[in-house]
Amino acid sequence: MPQPRRLVEGNEAVAEGAIAAGARFFAGYPITPSTEIAEVLSRRLPQVGGHFMQMEDEIASIGAVIGASLAGAKALTATSGPGFSLMQESIGYASMAQVPCVIVDVMRGGPSTGLPTEPSQGDVMQARWGTHGEHSIIALVPSSVAECFTLTVEAFNLSEAYRTPVIVLSDATIGHMREAVALPLPEELRVAARGEPDVAPEDYDEVMSTVDNIMPRPALGSRYAVHVTGLVYDRRRGGVPATGTPAVADGLGRYLREKIYHHQDAICRVEELEMEDAEVAILAYGSVARSAKAAMKWARRQGVKVGLVRPITLWPFPTEAVEHMGDQVRTIIVPEMNLRQIAWEVQAAVAGRARVVDHGRVDGKLIRPEEIAALIRDEFHYHHFEEMA
Amino acid sequence: MTALVDEELLERAPHDTNLPRVTPHSTAEITSHLRTPRTLWCPGCSNGIVTRALIDAVLALDLDLDRTCLIAGIGCAGRITAYINWSTVHTAHGRALTLATGAKAADPGLNVIVVMGDGDCVAIGGNHLIHAARRNIDVTAIVFNNSIYGMTGGQMSPTTFEGDLSTTSAYGNVEQAFDICELARAAGATYVARGTSYNYLRLSQLIAGGIAHKGFSFIEAMVACPTYYGRQNGLSDPAEMLKVQKARAVPVAEFDRDGPRLRDRYPVGVLHHAERVEYTAAYADVVRRAGERSRG
Repeated sequence: MPQPRRLVEGNEAVAEGAIAAGARFFAGYPITPSTEIAEVLSRRLPQVGGHFMQMEDEIASIGAVIGASLAGAKALTATSGPGFSLMQESIGYASMAQVPCVIVDVMRGGPSTGLPTEPSQGDVMQARWGTHGEHSIIALVPSSVAECFTLTVEAFNLSEAYRTPVIVLSDATIGHMREAVALPLPEELRVAARGEPDVAPEDYDEVMSTVDNIMPRPALGSRYAVHVTGLVYDRRRGGVPATGTPAVADGLGRYLREKIYHHQDAICRVEELEMEDAEVAILAYGSVARSAKAAMKWARRQGVKVGLVRPITLWPFPTEAVEHMGDQVRTIIVPEMNLRQIAWEVQAAVAGRARVVDHGRVDGKLIRPEEIAALIRDEFHYHHFEEMA
Repeated sequence: MTALVDEELLERAPHDTNLPRVTPHSTAEITSHLRTPRTLWCPGCSNGIVTRALIDAVLALDLDLDRTCLIAGIGCAGRITAYINWSTVHTAHGRALTLATGAKAADPGLNVIVVMGDGDCVAIGGNHLIHAARRNIDVTAIVFNNSIYGMTGGQMSPTTFEGDLSTTSAYGNVEQAFDICELARAAGATYVARGTSYNYLRLSQLIAGGIAHKGFSFIEAMVACPTYYGRQNGLSDPAEMLKVQKARAVPVAEFDRDGPRLRDRYPVGVLHHAERVEYTAAYADVVRRAGERSRG
């Protein structure tokens, strides 16, 4: 019997998704508009034998999450822009040391304290490049309450598969929105287990993990005596620091990139609607994709060929799908609650084969369907439109 | 090994019989716990002495090494994780206690030992120290206090004494040095001890006492940095620096709390020992109560 439909808030769906994914540790610090995730998990985690901690700040929160993950627990934290900035150093540590973990950023207006209660998509580039140094990251963007649940599960699966931090980029609208959803039952979900390397502790070496066969990270306190470090390390010698050997640094740096980018096709998910015959496309993600969908449907009713491409995976950027758009349509409209952060990526991918029209807001207000509809009308100036209802 | 122990000091401050007894192990036994015979620590640095004191303490307690992990921050002290061959985590600067907290909370059966430098522990990581102590989480934190930033080449730290020279206090440090044991005690640590690298066996015993204690244990190990602290402050001979430790260290029972502090003399031994409910034990009770509530 399926779960009954009930009203669920986006942040609550993230929390339930984490538990369904097998997360048993959360550490966080209160911050609007993510706080409900901590509140729900403070009640729910101990019910399933898990552990909730409220830390002294976001730096400590991500540190505790990394420590818990190293000890074998699937772990997450949740925050918003200012806290996400404080976490960046250790997100880089998790990337370098290959520690699976999930960071939920419920985006609000910034920079700085900004607009604490209003939505934004201003952190999409921080998610990609917020930590220092060359690194790869995976980021998923839900645009509904149901996706808050399913993409949190997916974030854990990806973090285990690729031994990497994974970011869920929600926003104040998605996080605080309530929708009637039937959350999936455990048997309807694919949940990756942590597991142990399939070699004996005395034979285990970090270098046995290859781009095509990434072994699970042995837990602290298992029989595998591992060394974990944020220094450049020699994968052939159990991961001991090797900062004086350029070839080792180069090999590690390229491995850390390739273990994710080699799997870009498997990681990148994009929803395409009405793209088969589209002349103009909207590319939108997160809460803005909801307005984009309404505008697209209106345009179709008006008889013009408009499609929608919605990146679900924002990082690695779904370059192939967007490149293809350059051959399909003459114009790509990119509405986003920032000023051109993803429009630049789209422009780079289509490389001049389609015109990119950006539309940004940084006033903390949602992008309404009418605003996108107006941009569509500009693309079909010869067509007679009726006003949007 | 006995040459390392000052019999006179032991006589003045006999082993606290409440602390585990530590017998020095052979060099061969000690080195079997190392990944490499070479370190990047300078000649005359005391960090090797504390490393040995730590290994002796762990062996004296007969800990299951598969269930023991060593977590450290960044700096000279943090490099210990690359040398000891147990499960070791070399974290980001100042963050060792946060990873240790997460690891211990996720797996309360783990023996978690943290090593930090003075800058690591009370400058960049100071907030984490006071909150780990406040929680009374069962982690043993050892601070290698050399009164200087060694890895970056000799800058003043929060434990550099007033008037001391460093590469960032060319006219003498004008800030007051932290008494980090007092800080840990005030924040809620339930075991606070200070030892010196001069009195290696006593230090090892203090570390063993901290590991055996259920709760947040804090051990300050006074270490000599002849290269960066000593040379700038007229103390470049490592042996002389150890003798200074001997001269300053006063057994806690004989220490005059109203007298001069830190630069001239400091109390050594177990400075504070209290029983208070430990964090993971308290949280186990939360799990039990939450389970009861969700069932009914």
